[in-house]
Amino acid sequence: MTDRQPLVVMTGVTKTYAGITALDDVDFVVRAGEAVCLAGENGSGKSTLIKLLAGVEKPDRGVISLDGVPHAAMTPTAAAASGIAVIFQDFSLFPNLSVAENIAFGAELAEGARFVRGRHVRELAARTLERVGVPLDLSATVGMLPVAQKQLVAICRALASEARLIVMDEPTTALTEREVRALLAIIQRLKADGVAVIFVSHKLAEVLEVSERVVVLRNGRKVAEGPAAEFDARSLTRHMTGRDLAEVGAAPLDPSAPVLLTVERLSKAGAFADIGFTLRAGEVLGISGLLGSGRTALAKALFGLVVPETGRVTLDGREVPLGDPLRAAGAGIGYVPEDRLTEGLFLTQSILRNVGVGRIEAHGRGPFLDMAGLVEDARDWLARLRVRAPDPEAPVRSLSGGNQQRVVLARWLARAPRILILNGPSVGVDVGSKAEIHAIIADLAAHGLGVIVISDDLPELLATCHRILVMVEGRIVEDIPRMDATEEGLARRLAS
Amino acid sequence: MTAAPAPRVSRLLAQPEARLALIMVLVFAVMAALAPERFLTPQNATSMAFQFPEFAILALAITITMLTGGIDLSIVGIANCCAIVASLLLTRLAPGAEAGVGWLLLSYAAALAAGAAAGLFNGVLIAFGGLPPILATLGSGLIFTGLAVALTGGTAIMGFPASAAWLGNGSVLGLPVPLVVFGLLAAGLSLVLSRTGFGLKVQMFGANPLAARYAAVDIERLLLRVYVASGMLAAIAGLIIMSRANSAKADYGQSYTLLAVLIAVLGGVNPYGGYGRVVGVVLAVLTMQFLSSGLNMLQVSNFARELIWGALLILVMVINTRTWGFRRLRRRLPTAAPQGETR
Repeated sequence: MTDRQPLVVMTGVTKTYAGITALDDVDFVVRAGEAVCLAGENGSGKSTLIKLLAGVEKPDRGVISLDGVPHAAMTPTAAAASGIAVIFQDFSLFPNLSVAENIAFGAELAEGARFVRGRHVRELAARTLERVGVPLDLSATVGMLPVAQKQLVAICRALASEARLIVMDEPTTALTEREVRALLAIIQRLKADGVAVIFVSHKLAEVLEVSERVVVLRNGRKVAEGPAAEFDARSLTRHMTGRDLAEVGAAPLDPSAPVLLTVERLSKAGAFADIGFTLRAGEVLGISGLLGSGRTALAKALFGLVVPETGRVTLDGREVPLGDPLRAAGAGIGYVPEDRLTEGLFLTQSILRNVGVGRIEAHGRGPFLDMAGLVEDARDWLARLRVRAPDPEAPVRSLSGGNQQRVVLARWLARAPRILILNGPSVGVDVGSKAEIHAIIADLAAHGLGVIVISDDLPELLATCHRILVMVEGRIVEDIPRMDATEEGLARRLAS
Repeated sequence: MTAAPAPRVSRLLAQPEARLALIMVLVFAVMAALAPERFLTPQNATSMAFQFPEFAILALAITITMLTGGIDLSIVGIANCCAIVASLLLTRLAPGAEAGVGWLLLSYAAALAAGAAAGLFNGVLIAFGGLPPILATLGSGLIFTGLAVALTGGTAIMGFPASAAWLGNGSVLGLPVPLVVFGLLAAGLSLVLSRTGFGLKVQMFGANPLAARYAAVDIERLLLRVYVASGMLAAIAGLIIMSRANSAKADYGQSYTLLAVLIAVLGGVNPYGGYGRVVGVVLAVLTMQFLSSGLNMLQVSNFARELIWGALLILVMVINTRTWGFRRLRRRLPTAAPQGETR
C-alpha cells in the first residue's frame, strides 16, 4: 500500500502574509486512496496549506507537484483539473437549487454545457449518490436540508467532478455523533475507491479512526508526522500546543456574589426557545452548542442585534430594552462578536480609532470631540490589555489575530460594561494569545464583571467558566457546574 | 541620512492628496503653456472663481455621503427644487423685484429648510427603509425634479430683487461671494470630519457598517444627519446657481451630478466609504476648473468635454482601485474558513 502513487507533493512550501509567516518550509505528501489528518490549532497554518493546495494562494517559496508535475504557481483551475476539491465548512452550496443540480453543477461546468440538461443532471447525481451509498431526494431544495445532508451533497459534488483528493475543513463540527459515524463510513468507501481525503480538524478522536497518517502543524511548521496509530488525543494536543495543556480553571466564585443579569423565557421562533438563566457578578458563564444550536442568536439577542418575540432581560433589577444594541450597550452590556474581521473591526482604520469608537460620546466637548482625551483613553486600554502594537496609528489589520481580539476587547472595556458577552473569544488566535485572553477573562471576572463565553471549543470553556450551559436545537438542555464538567461528557451532551 | 529625501518623496506621493496636488500643478502648467495669453489673465482667474463654487459645493455633498459608503444622486434635483422654492416665495408671496432683503433672507431660509427636508427623505429611505443609497437617491432625485417641474410648469422663474444677485455675483474684500461661501463650507466640513464625534463616526461607519452596528454606533441617526447635510449643501448650491442665472428652472445643472461625483473620486474619497479628505476635494475642484477653462479656451466642444469627464472618472477609479481594490475583493470573497485562520 505504501508504494501508491503520490497525488500531491508539497516541498519546502513557505507563505508569509504581511511579514507574518503562516507556513514555514513545510513538506506534505498525499497518496491516492489515503486519508490524512491535518491537525493544528487555529493559526497553525492549516487553512493556508489548504489555500495553497486549492490554488487560491501562491507560495512564496517551495514547489507543489500534482501527479509528479511541478507547479510553480498553482491556480484554482489547475487544482480543480487535477481533481482537488475542497469542502469548506459552509459547503459553498446553492441553497435555492435542488440536490441534483448542486451535485452536477461542477461537472456540468467542466463539460462546458451551455444548457441545463435535466435528465443528464439527475442521472449523474443519482450515480454519484450510489457511489457514496446514501439515498437522498434528488429534487429536494438544498437550503431545506439538515447540515449533515448538505455536507453529503458537497461531497457528492466533489465526486461528480471526478475529484481524486477531497479536502474537508472541520467536517465534524456541526454533526451529531451518529452523523459523524455515517460520514466516516462514507470516507471508508471513498478510500476503497481510490479517492484521497485530507481532514482538517482540531477535534480528532473520531478522525483518527479513519486516517492512516497524521500531520501536525504548529505556528506554520510541521512539528509531527506519523501513522495515526502512534497518536492519541493527548499526544496530539501536546504536539498541537507544544506543551501539556494544564490550564488552571476559573477562580472559585464568591457564593455571596449578587445576581447581575436575569434572562427569563426568551424566545425567538427558529432560533431559540424558552431561555432562562442568571449571571452573577464575577461569574464566567459558558454557553456551548453546535453550529445552528441557537447559541449565537441568543448572544445577539442579549445585545439587541436579534429581536426576540417574548421574554425579559433584567440587569441589576432594571429591565434591558430588547432589540436595540445602543440601549443594550447603554445598560452596560458589551458584545465581542464571533467574526472579528467583518463584525468586530474597522480594518482600514487606525488601532486607536478602533478602540476609541466606543467612547466618542464620552469625549464630547461642546460640538467638538476631545481628540487628545479619546486617544489618551485608547492608549491606556491598549497598554492595559498589553496589545503589541508598534504604531497605534497604523491600520488595525496590521495586527495579529490575538492582538486584534484585544483591540475589540479594549473598545468594550473602555466603556466599563457590567456584562461582557464574548462569542468565540479565541477563534483565529494563536495558542499563546489564547492563554492570555483566558487570563484577561479571569481578571475581568475577578473585578466583578459578569462574563458570558460562547464557544464550541470545550477545553476553552473548561478553562474559563464557572458554569456551562449546553444548548441543543435552541434550548438550554443542561446547566453544568464547572466541577462536574468533563470534555467527554460535554461532547456527548452537545451531540445528543 | 543623505538618502532620506527620496523615500520621503515617495512616501509623500503615496498620499492621494499629494498626487493630486501634483496633477493640479501639471494641468495648470499645461493649460498655461497652451494658451498663456488667455489662461494666465486676471479675468480668467476671476471668471473661474465665480464658476466653480456651485458644483464644488455639490461635490462636498457627494463627499460626505460617499464617506459613509453611500452617494447622493439627488443633489441636482434638490438644488433646483430648493431654488424654485426660494424663487416662488420671492415672486409669488413677496413683491418680486421690489422685495426687500428680509424677503430674500426668508427665501434662503425656506430653500435651506426644503433642502433639509429632501435630505431627511433620502435619509429615512436609506436608514430605515434599508434602500441602497444609489437607488434611493436616484429615485428621489427624479421626484425632486418632478416636483420642480410641477411647481413651475417647466419654465424659468425670474424677476428677483437686485439684492438676489449678491450671492452669485457679488464680492467681499475683493473675493467672489460664491468662492467665499465654498471656502467656508469646505473649512466647516473639514472641521466636522476631523474634529467632531459625528465626523469620526461617519468615517468609521464607512469603513465597516456592520462593525459600527456591533460597536453600538447610532447608525440610523448618523445616516439621517449625513443626508440632511447633503441636502442642505445642495440647497446652498441651488441658491448660488439661481443667483448667477438670475432665474430658477427645473433642469439647470444637469451635468453637475457626474461632475460632483468625478470631483469627489478624483479628490481621493473612497467610493466604498471610510476615507476622504476635504483638502483632496478642493484640489480636485481646482484641477477640474483648470481643465474645464482650458478646454473652453481651446474651443473643445461641450460634448467632447463630457466624454473627457467620463473617461477621467474611469481612469481615476482604475488607478485608485489598485490601492482600494484589495480590500474590496476580500470583502466580496466568502469567508472560506470562518473558524480557521484568516491570515
